[in-house]
Amino acid sequence: MAVVFEKPKSLANVPLHYCPGCPHGIIHRLVAEALDELGIEGKAIGVAPVGCAVMAYDYFTCDMIEAAHGRAPAVATGIKRCRPENIVFTYQGDGDLASIGMAETVHSAARNENITVIFVNNAIYGMTGGQMAPTSLPGQVTQTSPYGRDVKHCGWPIKVCEMLATLEGPEYITRVAVNNVKNVNKAKKAIKKAFQNQIEGKGFSLVEVVSACPTNWGMTPQQALEWVESDMLPYYPIGVYKDRSAAKEEG
Amino acid sequence: MAERVLMKGNEAIAEAAIRAGCRHYFGYPITPQTEIAAYMAKKMPKIGGVFLQAESEIASINMVYGAAAAGMRVMTSSSSPGISLKAEGLSYIAGSDVPAFVVNVQRGGPGLGGIQPSQSDYFQATKGGGHGDYKMIVLAPASVQEMASLTIKGFNLADKYRMTAMILADGTIGQMMEPISFEDAEIEAYEKPWALTGTNCERKHNIVNSLYLQPDELEKKNFERYERYKIVEETEAMWEEYMMEDAELCVVAFGIASRVAKNAVAAARAEGIKVGLIRPITLWPFPTKALNAAADKVKGFISVELSMGQMIEDVRLATQCKRPVTLCNRCGGMIPSPDEVLESIRKAQKGEF
Amino acid sequence: MAKLTFQTDLCKGCGLCVNACPKGCLTIAADTINKKGYSPAVMAQPDKCIGCAFCATMCPDCIITVEK
Repeated sequence: MAVVFEKPKSLANVPLHYCPGCPHGIIHRLVAEALDELGIEGKAIGVAPVGCAVMAYDYFTCDMIEAAHGRAPAVATGIKRCRPENIVFTYQGDGDLASIGMAETVHSAARNENITVIFVNNAIYGMTGGQMAPTSLPGQVTQTSPYGRDVKHCGWPIKVCEMLATLEGPEYITRVAVNNVKNVNKAKKAIKKAFQNQIEGKGFSLVEVVSACPTNWGMTPQQALEWVESDMLPYYPIGVYKDRSAAKEEG
Repeated sequence: MAERVLMKGNEAIAEAAIRAGCRHYFGYPITPQTEIAAYMAKKMPKIGGVFLQAESEIASINMVYGAAAAGMRVMTSSSSPGISLKAEGLSYIAGSDVPAFVVNVQRGGPGLGGIQPSQSDYFQATKGGGHGDYKMIVLAPASVQEMASLTIKGFNLADKYRMTAMILADGTIGQMMEPISFEDAEIEAYEKPWALTGTNCERKHNIVNSLYLQPDELEKKNFERYERYKIVEETEAMWEEYMMEDAELCVVAFGIASRVAKNAVAAARAEGIKVGLIRPITLWPFPTKALNAAADKVKGFISVELSMGQMIEDVRLATQCKRPVTLCNRCGGMIPSPDEVLESIRKAQKGEF
Repeated sequence: MAKLTFQTDLCKGCGLCVNACPKGCLTIAADTINKKGYSPAVMAQPDKCIGCAFCATMCPDCIITVEK
């Protein structure tokens, strides 16, 4: 018998601190698989965010740095500009990337910084206990929108991929989900491509991964994945929003 | 003798940084330090370095954090309001024990303040500025030559102690031109085994981090860091003494204020007043020993500052309040004239503190 | 014929593998508690397992190794 599935070596064999059923672990694994399969673990430098994934530095076996809230793309820029031969990636949540770090996100995309950004969108601030995120859906109940997100009062959720795709700068902007096997496999391909782009020097690649937060959504893990399908994906459709190289090939 | 060149203070910092091996500059425009960025923008691409104008001061200090963690000599420069924005990054840099070099060409505050010279970021520079227990090495040049030599020194100290070295200059020294030489550029090299280089699959991963969720671990980190700070305090304080041998009064001033004060001291000497000057070159570590020793000889101190009186508190602490300390100050972009300082010296001579 | 190996002590009993399995092979062992205090996922019907690795694909804690 041959091993057909095992933990990638770029993912440390330690317990993850995430809640039961939290897809962060799946997304970590996809990143680690990409590092393994592309043979870049030894060259990789990861930037951890502030949020639930803050301790990602313990989980990836490559060199890691912990950034201030929202600043991961700036930190990644500093590293990549010093060490262009290394593979630099950030792993950020929605509060980190789309709220406090929006300027860093937009400008690193505009510069077409040759980095890979993994953006986990679960429509809530997980680490601090379930507050409204820049991507919380209209009507979504959170600790700080207890009557449901009222768009008249606090505005509309931000569609990061759609927004970034309007920029000339970035190479590759795509949205995937991890709510079922099929989507996880697609997400893996997108993440791998986002790293491959960096290897080829193509520039800024961002993969938005629509994820779930069973704990703060008040659902079972399976219910949460179903809510991704029924509520999240209609607002945040899966798809490639920008792929400069593919567009060029198509002429 | 080394070649002497006429340079602006801000440009001297930029050129010295390049000579110190800095090949990465991340900044954001703000008056009155923009010549540093302009110089870097021109030079860096030609010597294989990186100049990058970031989207904000916050982004630029975090780029510095990343580059420093990657093991490079890296810098940013700004002026007072911009340094406030960089305070977050400075705290993370301190908490992660990576070396960085930062320039603050101060302007008047608070708020947007003005664009004229000031020394009112003394507290921010020497007492923290960002959150948490940490220190930065703070260097206060008083000439264009020192803008250059303290920049090279700053890079060396930053690497040596894995902390931020800050040049705390002011708009005057930043803008003025003087002939300088780079003859004493001595670059010290330090191993950086902690740096992010990629593991090459040959070693355990390096983690650059300031998060310690276990309180005992965080406490241990802080204690260790302060052991290092103690060594800095004991060995790296720098100051200049002027006419202190027989002084009965001591003027304390740094940066541009010290140049005005020096003239006033010379004028007071001409009137027969036995007054000297102690000029702190490092504001942290503060030249506590020199001031405390002076307190045993002189009858009082005059702190000359371009602020509402910030360094004066350290003068009092250093001298353990053994002698009275008076303040001679202007602020908001105003600079005291030598006559104003002389008048303070005369008053002190009469015992009016 | 396929073989699954669980790092049972790392299992949080979330059940995503159970739901992902197209053959209904897996179950949560309600009568067992692992070191972390969770009732872990276990193989209930090994004969039915086709080694598709859907369970491992959805496992957030990456505790399943699949051999085929």
